[in-house]
Amino acid sequence: METFTYYPGCTLRTKAKDLDTYARSSAEALGIALEEPSDWQCCGGAYTTAKDEIATKLSAVRTLNAAKELDRPLITVCSACHNVIKQTNYDISRDEEMASKVNNYLKLAEPYNGETKVYHYLEMLRDVIGFDNLASKVTNPFKGKKIAAYYGCLLLRPSKALAMDDPENPTIMEDFIKAIGGTPVIYAQRNECCGGYITMEDKAQAAKRSGAVMDSAKDQGADMIITACPLCLYNLKKNSGSDLPVYYFTELLAEALGLKEDNNG
Amino acid sequence: MDKNLKEQILRASGVNVLKCMRCGKCSGTCPSYDEMEYHPHQFVYMVEKGDIEKLMNSASLYKCLTCFACVERCPRNVEPAKVVEAVRLAAIRQQGNNHLTPAMIPDMIDEDIPQQALVTAFRKYTK
Repeated sequence: METFTYYPGCTLRTKAKDLDTYARSSAEALGIALEEPSDWQCCGGAYTTAKDEIATKLSAVRTLNAAKELDRPLITVCSACHNVIKQTNYDISRDEEMASKVNNYLKLAEPYNGETKVYHYLEMLRDVIGFDNLASKVTNPFKGKKIAAYYGCLLLRPSKALAMDDPENPTIMEDFIKAIGGTPVIYAQRNECCGGYITMEDKAQAAKRSGAVMDSAKDQGADMIITACPLCLYNLKKNSGSDLPVYYFTELLAEALGLKEDNNG
Repeated sequence: MDKNLKEQILRASGVNVLKCMRCGKCSGTCPSYDEMEYHPHQFVYMVEKGDIEKLMNSASLYKCLTCFACVERCPRNVEPAKVVEAVRLAAIRQQGNNHLTPAMIPDMIDEDIPQQALVTAFRKYTK
Protein backbone atom coordinates (compact mmCIF):
# COMPACT_ATOMS: atom_id res chain seq x y z
CA MET A 1 0.00 0.00 0.00
CA GLU A 2 1.35 3.38 -1.03
CA THR A 3 1.35 6.13 1.62
CA PHE A 4 0.70 9.81 0.87
CA THR A 5 0.67 12.81 3.17
CA TYR A 6 -2.89 14.04 3.61
CA TYR A 7 -4.03 17.55 4.48
CA PRO A 8 -7.69 17.67 5.58
CA GLY A 9 -7.84 21.36 6.57
CA CYS A 10 -10.14 22.96 9.13
CA THR A 11 -13.55 22.33 7.63
CA LEU A 12 -13.10 18.61 6.92
CA ARG A 13 -12.64 18.14 10.65
CA THR A 14 -15.86 19.95 11.48
CA LYS A 15 -18.72 20.76 9.08
CA ALA A 16 -17.49 18.70 6.13
CA LYS A 17 -16.86 15.35 7.82
CA ASP A 18 -18.49 13.48 4.93
CA LEU A 19 -15.96 14.93 2.51
CA ASP A 20 -13.15 13.66 4.75
CA THR A 21 -14.50 10.30 5.96
CA TYR A 22 -15.32 9.01 2.49
CA ALA A 23 -12.06 10.31 1.06
CA ARG A 24 -10.17 8.25 3.61
CA SER A 25 -12.21 5.03 3.33
CA SER A 26 -12.20 5.15 -0.48
CA ALA A 27 -8.44 5.74 -0.66
CA GLU A 28 -7.86 2.77 1.59
CA ALA A 29 -10.07 0.58 -0.60
CA LEU A 30 -8.07 1.75 -3.60
CA GLY A 31 -4.75 0.83 -2.00
CA ILE A 32 -3.59 4.23 -0.78
CA ALA A 33 -2.94 5.13 2.86
CA LEU A 34 -3.51 8.80 3.69
CA GLU A 35 -1.46 9.97 6.65
CA GLU A 36 -1.82 13.38 8.24
CA PRO A 37 1.34 15.24 9.21
CA SER A 38 1.71 15.37 13.00
CA ASP A 39 1.18 19.11 13.06
CA TRP A 40 -0.80 21.26 10.65
CA GLN A 41 -2.60 24.60 10.65
CA CYS A 42 -5.59 25.98 8.75
CA CYS A 43 -4.52 27.18 5.29
CA GLY A 44 -6.46 30.45 5.71
CA GLY A 45 -9.10 29.67 3.10
CA ALA A 46 -7.91 32.15 0.46
CA TYR A 47 -4.51 32.75 -1.04
CA THR A 48 -3.22 36.27 -0.52
CA THR A 49 -1.71 37.21 -3.86
CA ALA A 50 0.08 40.34 -2.58
CA LYS A 51 3.85 40.01 -2.78
CA ASP A 52 4.39 41.85 0.50
CA GLU A 53 2.35 39.32 2.48
CA ILE A 54 4.43 36.59 4.11
CA ALA A 55 2.72 35.59 7.38
CA THR A 56 -0.46 34.54 5.56
CA LYS A 57 1.54 32.06 3.46
CA LEU A 58 3.43 30.32 6.25
CA SER A 59 0.87 27.71 7.25
CA ALA A 60 0.75 26.34 3.69
CA VAL A 61 4.54 26.20 3.60
CA ARG A 62 4.61 24.31 6.92
CA THR A 63 2.32 21.66 5.44
CA LEU A 64 4.25 21.47 2.17
CA ASN A 65 7.48 21.11 4.09
CA ALA A 66 6.05 18.38 6.33
CA ALA A 67 5.27 16.37 3.18
CA LYS A 68 8.75 17.07 1.82
CA GLU A 69 10.40 15.84 5.02
CA LEU A 70 8.42 12.61 4.77
CA ASP A 71 9.38 12.38 1.07
CA ARG A 72 5.77 11.90 0.02
CA PRO A 73 3.37 13.75 -2.25
CA LEU A 74 0.73 15.89 -0.55
CA ILE A 75 -2.97 15.15 -1.09
CA THR A 76 -5.64 17.83 -0.62
CA VAL A 77 -9.40 17.42 -0.91
CA CYS A 78 -11.04 20.74 -0.06
CA SER A 79 -10.94 23.06 -3.09
CA ALA A 80 -9.84 26.03 -0.97
CA CYS A 81 -6.92 24.20 0.69
CA HIS A 82 -5.92 22.88 -2.71
CA ASN A 83 -5.96 26.40 -4.15
CA VAL A 84 -4.01 28.00 -1.31
CA ILE A 85 -1.40 25.25 -1.08
CA LYS A 86 -0.81 25.01 -4.83
CA GLN A 87 -0.56 28.78 -5.30
CA THR A 88 1.88 28.99 -2.38
CA ASN A 89 3.94 26.18 -3.86
CA TYR A 90 3.95 27.80 -7.29
CA ASP A 91 5.00 31.20 -6.01
CA ILE A 92 7.67 30.00 -3.61
CA SER A 93 9.32 28.03 -6.39
CA ARG A 94 9.53 31.14 -8.62
CA ASP A 95 9.71 34.19 -6.37
CA GLU A 96 13.14 34.28 -4.75
CA GLU A 97 12.28 37.17 -2.47
CA MET A 98 9.23 35.37 -1.10
CA ALA A 99 11.21 32.14 -0.66
CA SER A 100 13.97 33.95 1.15
CA LYS A 101 11.60 35.78 3.52
CA VAL A 102 9.62 32.60 4.27
CA ASN A 103 12.75 30.58 4.90
CA ASN A 104 14.30 33.30 7.06
CA TYR A 105 11.16 33.21 9.14
CA LEU A 106 10.67 29.47 9.46
CA LYS A 107 14.32 28.38 9.80
CA LEU A 108 13.52 24.87 8.63
CA ALA A 109 16.14 22.13 8.77
CA GLU A 110 16.51 22.67 5.02
CA PRO A 111 14.99 25.63 3.10
CA TYR A 112 11.71 24.94 1.35
CA ASN A 113 11.59 26.03 -2.30
CA GLY A 114 8.54 24.27 -3.74
CA GLU A 115 9.84 20.70 -3.88
CA THR A 116 6.64 18.90 -2.80
CA LYS A 117 4.35 17.42 -5.44
CA VAL A 118 0.74 18.35 -4.63
CA TYR A 119 -2.25 16.38 -5.88
CA HIS A 120 -5.87 17.20 -5.40
CA TYR A 121 -7.69 13.96 -4.51
CA LEU A 122 -9.27 13.98 -7.99
CA GLU A 123 -5.79 14.23 -9.52
CA MET A 124 -4.74 11.30 -7.37
CA LEU A 125 -7.65 9.30 -8.80
CA ARG A 126 -6.70 10.30 -12.34
CA ASP A 127 -2.89 10.30 -12.23
CA VAL A 128 -1.98 7.78 -9.53
CA ILE A 129 -4.84 5.27 -9.46
CA GLY A 130 -6.20 5.87 -12.97
CA PHE A 131 -9.87 6.24 -13.85
CA ASP A 132 -9.88 2.90 -15.75
CA ASN A 133 -8.54 1.17 -12.67
CA LEU A 134 -11.10 2.95 -10.50
CA ALA A 135 -13.90 1.91 -12.87
CA SER A 136 -12.83 -1.73 -12.52
CA LYS A 137 -13.29 -1.51 -8.72
CA VAL A 138 -16.80 -0.04 -8.83
CA THR A 139 -19.38 -2.47 -7.43
CA ASN A 140 -22.33 -0.12 -7.19
CA PRO A 141 -22.35 2.04 -10.35
CA PHE A 142 -24.47 5.16 -10.75
CA LYS A 143 -26.16 3.69 -13.80
CA GLY A 144 -28.52 6.07 -15.59
CA LYS A 145 -27.77 8.92 -13.17
CA LYS A 146 -27.16 12.32 -14.73
CA ILE A 147 -24.56 13.99 -12.58
CA ALA A 148 -23.42 17.60 -12.90
CA ALA A 149 -19.81 18.31 -11.88
CA TYR A 150 -19.40 21.66 -10.17
CA TYR A 151 -15.82 22.92 -10.36
CA GLY A 152 -16.51 26.42 -9.09
CA CYS A 153 -13.50 28.71 -9.09
CA LEU A 154 -10.94 27.30 -6.68
CA LEU A 155 -10.22 23.92 -8.27
CA LEU A 156 -9.04 25.26 -11.61
CA ARG A 157 -7.87 28.86 -11.33
CA PRO A 158 -5.36 30.35 -11.75
CA SER A 159 -4.53 27.48 -14.08
CA LYS A 160 -0.82 28.24 -14.41
CA ALA A 161 -0.40 27.60 -10.68
CA LEU A 162 -2.99 24.85 -10.18
CA ALA A 163 -2.17 22.95 -13.40
CA MET A 164 -5.04 20.57 -12.77
CA ASP A 165 -7.05 20.73 -15.97
CA ASP A 166 -8.12 23.04 -18.81
CA PRO A 167 -9.64 25.97 -16.87
CA GLU A 168 -12.45 26.55 -19.38
CA ASN A 169 -13.14 23.04 -20.65
CA PRO A 170 -12.20 20.74 -17.78
CA THR A 171 -12.83 16.99 -17.95
CA ILE A 172 -11.44 15.55 -14.70
CA MET A 173 -14.73 15.50 -12.78
CA GLU A 174 -16.69 14.30 -15.80
CA ASP A 175 -14.16 11.47 -16.25
CA PHE A 176 -14.61 10.68 -12.56
CA ILE A 177 -18.39 10.54 -13.03
CA LYS A 178 -17.95 8.15 -15.98
CA ALA A 179 -15.61 5.98 -13.90
CA ILE A 180 -18.28 5.51 -11.22
CA GLY A 181 -20.84 4.61 -13.88
CA GLY A 182 -22.77 7.89 -14.10
CA THR A 183 -23.53 10.18 -17.03
CA PRO A 184 -21.87 13.59 -16.81
CA VAL A 185 -23.95 16.69 -17.53
CA ILE A 186 -22.16 19.63 -19.14
CA TYR A 187 -23.61 23.04 -18.24
CA ALA A 188 -22.53 26.65 -18.67
CA GLN A 189 -21.99 27.59 -15.02
CA ARG A 190 -19.84 24.64 -13.98
CA ASN A 191 -16.68 26.73 -13.53
CA GLU A 192 -18.25 29.98 -12.32
CA CYS A 193 -18.23 31.17 -8.71
CA CYS A 194 -20.97 30.17 -6.20
CA GLY A 195 -20.55 33.43 -4.26
CA GLY A 196 -18.11 31.98 -1.72
CA TYR A 197 -17.69 33.93 1.51
CA ILE A 198 -19.98 36.76 0.32
CA THR A 199 -22.73 34.71 2.02
CA MET A 200 -21.48 36.22 5.27
CA GLU A 201 -22.58 39.76 4.45
CA ASP A 202 -24.63 39.65 1.26
CA LYS A 203 -27.12 36.79 1.12
CA ALA A 204 -28.76 38.25 -1.98
CA GLN A 205 -25.57 38.02 -3.98
CA ALA A 206 -24.87 34.50 -2.72
CA ALA A 207 -28.42 33.54 -3.74
CA LYS A 208 -27.96 35.03 -7.19
CA ARG A 209 -24.67 33.26 -7.87
CA SER A 210 -25.55 29.86 -6.40
CA GLY A 211 -29.00 29.99 -7.98
CA ALA A 212 -27.46 30.59 -11.41
CA VAL A 213 -25.25 27.51 -10.97
CA MET A 214 -28.10 25.24 -9.84
CA ASP A 215 -30.53 26.46 -12.51
CA SER A 216 -27.90 25.95 -15.20
CA ALA A 217 -27.28 22.35 -14.06
CA LYS A 218 -30.98 21.58 -13.71
CA ASP A 219 -31.77 23.05 -17.15
CA GLN A 220 -29.37 20.51 -18.63
CA GLY A 221 -31.24 17.68 -16.92
CA ALA A 222 -29.00 16.96 -13.94
CA ASP A 223 -30.30 14.61 -11.22
CA MET A 224 -27.66 15.79 -8.78
CA ILE A 225 -24.61 18.03 -8.53
CA ILE A 226 -21.23 17.22 -6.98
CA THR A 227 -18.51 19.40 -5.51
CA ALA A 228 -15.18 19.20 -3.68
CA CYS A 229 -15.75 22.40 -1.72
CA PRO A 230 -17.59 22.77 1.62
CA LEU A 231 -18.43 26.41 0.95
CA CYS A 232 -19.82 25.61 -2.51
CA LEU A 233 -21.91 22.86 -0.94
CA TYR A 234 -23.24 25.32 1.62
CA ASN A 235 -24.10 28.01 -0.92
CA LEU A 236 -25.69 25.58 -3.37
CA LYS A 237 -27.75 23.94 -0.62
CA LYS A 238 -28.68 26.90 1.56
CA ASN A 239 -28.64 29.96 -0.68
CA SER A 240 -29.66 28.83 -4.16
CA GLY A 241 -33.34 28.17 -3.53
CA SER A 242 -32.99 25.03 -5.70
CA ASP A 243 -34.00 21.49 -4.71
CA LEU A 244 -31.35 19.78 -6.83
CA PRO A 245 -29.45 17.40 -4.49
CA VAL A 246 -25.83 18.40 -3.75
CA TYR A 247 -23.14 15.91 -2.65
CA TYR A 248 -19.42 15.76 -2.09
CA PHE A 249 -17.70 13.78 -4.83
CA THR A 250 -16.19 11.52 -2.15
CA GLU A 251 -19.67 10.45 -1.02
CA LEU A 252 -20.42 9.15 -4.52
CA LEU A 253 -17.00 7.55 -4.75
CA ALA A 254 -17.53 5.64 -1.50
CA GLU A 255 -21.01 4.61 -2.55
CA ALA A 256 -19.78 3.37 -5.94
CA LEU A 257 -17.10 1.33 -4.18
CA GLY A 258 -19.73 -0.20 -1.88
CA LEU A 259 -18.40 1.57 1.23
CA LYS A 260 -21.46 3.66 2.00
CA GLU A 261 -25.16 3.07 2.48
CA ASP A 262 -27.09 3.76 -0.71
CA ASN A 263 -28.95 7.01 -0.08
CA ASN A 264 -28.45 8.83 -3.34
CA GLY A 265 -31.20 6.98 -5.13
CA MET B 1 -1.92 62.08 -6.42
CA ASP B 2 -0.14 60.03 -3.79
CA LYS B 3 2.85 58.60 -5.67
CA ASN B 4 3.94 56.43 -2.75
CA LEU B 5 0.53 54.81 -2.57
CA LYS B 6 0.55 54.03 -6.28
CA GLU B 7 4.06 52.59 -6.01
CA GLN B 8 2.98 50.50 -3.03
CA ILE B 9 -0.03 49.11 -4.92
CA LEU B 10 2.03 48.31 -8.00
CA ARG B 11 4.78 46.66 -5.98
CA ALA B 12 2.45 44.61 -3.77
CA SER B 13 0.30 43.42 -6.68
CA GLY B 14 3.19 42.71 -9.01
CA VAL B 15 0.89 43.88 -11.82
CA ASN B 16 2.01 45.93 -14.81
CA VAL B 17 -1.09 48.09 -15.32
CA LEU B 18 0.32 49.43 -18.60
CA LYS B 19 -0.28 46.05 -20.23
CA CYS B 20 -4.05 46.62 -20.02
CA MET B 21 -5.67 47.31 -23.42
CA ARG B 22 -9.04 48.14 -21.81
CA CYS B 23 -11.01 45.41 -23.53
CA GLY B 24 -13.21 45.01 -20.44
CA LYS B 25 -13.15 41.22 -20.47
CA CYS B 26 -12.26 41.14 -16.74
CA SER B 27 -15.35 43.13 -15.83
CA GLY B 28 -17.49 41.22 -18.33
CA THR B 29 -16.65 37.93 -16.62
CA CYS B 30 -16.75 39.23 -13.02
CA PRO B 31 -19.47 37.50 -10.94
CA SER B 32 -19.76 40.64 -8.77
CA TYR B 33 -20.11 43.10 -11.66
CA ASP B 34 -23.64 44.22 -10.71
CA GLU B 35 -22.69 44.72 -7.07
CA MET B 36 -19.62 46.85 -7.80
CA GLU B 37 -19.32 50.61 -8.02
CA TYR B 38 -15.86 50.30 -9.59
CA HIS B 39 -15.26 47.26 -11.78
CA PRO B 40 -12.05 45.27 -12.29
CA HIS B 41 -10.98 47.18 -15.43
CA GLN B 42 -11.57 50.46 -13.56
CA PHE B 43 -9.32 49.32 -10.71
CA VAL B 44 -6.57 48.78 -13.26
CA TYR B 45 -6.80 52.14 -14.99
CA MET B 46 -7.58 54.17 -11.88
CA VAL B 47 -4.44 52.79 -10.24
CA GLU B 48 -2.56 53.64 -13.43
CA LYS B 49 -3.82 57.22 -13.16
CA GLY B 50 -3.06 57.32 -9.43
CA ASP B 51 -6.75 57.83 -8.69
CA ILE B 52 -6.68 55.44 -5.74
CA GLU B 53 -8.47 57.18 -2.87
CA LYS B 54 -11.89 56.58 -4.45
CA LEU B 55 -11.10 52.88 -4.71
CA MET B 56 -9.86 52.73 -1.11
CA ASN B 57 -13.17 54.15 0.12
CA SER B 58 -15.43 52.04 -2.09
CA ALA B 59 -17.44 49.01 -0.96
CA SER B 60 -16.34 47.42 -4.26
CA LEU B 61 -13.20 46.31 -2.42
CA TYR B 62 -15.27 43.80 -0.47
CA LYS B 63 -17.26 42.48 -3.42
CA CYS B 64 -14.38 40.65 -5.10
CA LEU B 65 -14.97 36.92 -4.55
CA THR B 66 -11.35 35.90 -5.25
CA CYS B 67 -12.62 33.57 -7.97
CA PHE B 68 -9.69 34.40 -10.30
CA ALA B 69 -11.98 34.57 -13.35
CA CYS B 70 -10.47 37.94 -14.38
CA VAL B 71 -6.95 36.61 -13.79
CA GLU B 72 -7.58 33.56 -15.94
CA ARG B 73 -9.45 35.29 -18.76
CA CYS B 74 -7.44 38.47 -19.29
CA PRO B 75 -5.97 38.26 -22.82
CA ARG B 76 -3.00 40.40 -21.73
CA ASN B 77 -2.30 38.57 -18.46
CA VAL B 78 -2.80 41.74 -16.41
CA GLU B 79 -4.35 39.87 -13.43
CA PRO B 80 -6.81 42.55 -12.22
CA ALA B 81 -7.75 40.66 -9.01
CA LYS B 82 -4.22 41.23 -7.77
CA VAL B 83 -4.73 44.99 -8.11
CA VAL B 84 -8.03 44.79 -6.22
CA GLU B 85 -6.29 42.80 -3.50
CA ALA B 86 -3.42 45.27 -3.17
CA VAL B 87 -5.83 48.22 -2.86
CA ARG B 88 -7.95 46.34 -0.32
CA LEU B 89 -4.86 45.56 1.76
CA ALA B 90 -3.80 49.22 1.64
CA ALA B 91 -7.24 50.08 3.02
CA ILE B 92 -7.64 47.45 5.74
CA ARG B 93 -4.04 47.66 6.98
CA GLN B 94 -4.82 51.12 8.32
CA GLN B 95 -5.55 51.03 12.03
CA GLY B 96 -9.26 50.67 12.74
CA ASN B 97 -10.17 49.86 9.13
CA ASN B 98 -11.03 46.19 9.43
CA HIS B 99 -14.10 45.43 7.35
CA LEU B 100 -15.15 42.57 9.64
CA THR B 101 -14.95 42.20 13.41
CA PRO B 102 -15.61 39.13 15.57
CA ALA B 103 -18.60 40.88 17.16
CA MET B 104 -20.34 40.90 13.76
CA ILE B 105 -20.05 37.13 13.27
CA PRO B 106 -23.00 35.78 15.32
CA ASP B 107 -25.51 37.62 13.13
CA MET B 108 -23.87 36.41 9.93
CA ILE B 109 -23.86 32.67 10.45
CA ASP B 110 -26.13 29.69 10.89
CA GLU B 111 -25.46 26.18 12.17
CA ASP B 112 -24.43 24.83 8.75
CA ILE B 113 -21.95 27.48 7.67
CA PRO B 114 -18.52 25.90 7.10
CA GLN B 115 -15.49 27.20 9.02
CA GLN B 116 -13.97 27.86 5.61
CA ALA B 117 -16.36 30.81 5.12
CA LEU B 118 -15.26 32.46 8.36
CA VAL B 119 -11.53 32.01 7.94
CA THR B 120 -11.71 33.20 4.34
CA ALA B 121 -13.77 36.28 5.24
CA PHE B 122 -11.34 37.17 8.02
CA ARG B 123 -8.41 36.73 5.69
CA LYS B 124 -9.97 38.96 3.03
CA TYR B 125 -11.55 41.60 5.23
CA THR B 126 -9.22 42.10 8.19
CA LYS B 127 -5.63 42.72 9.18
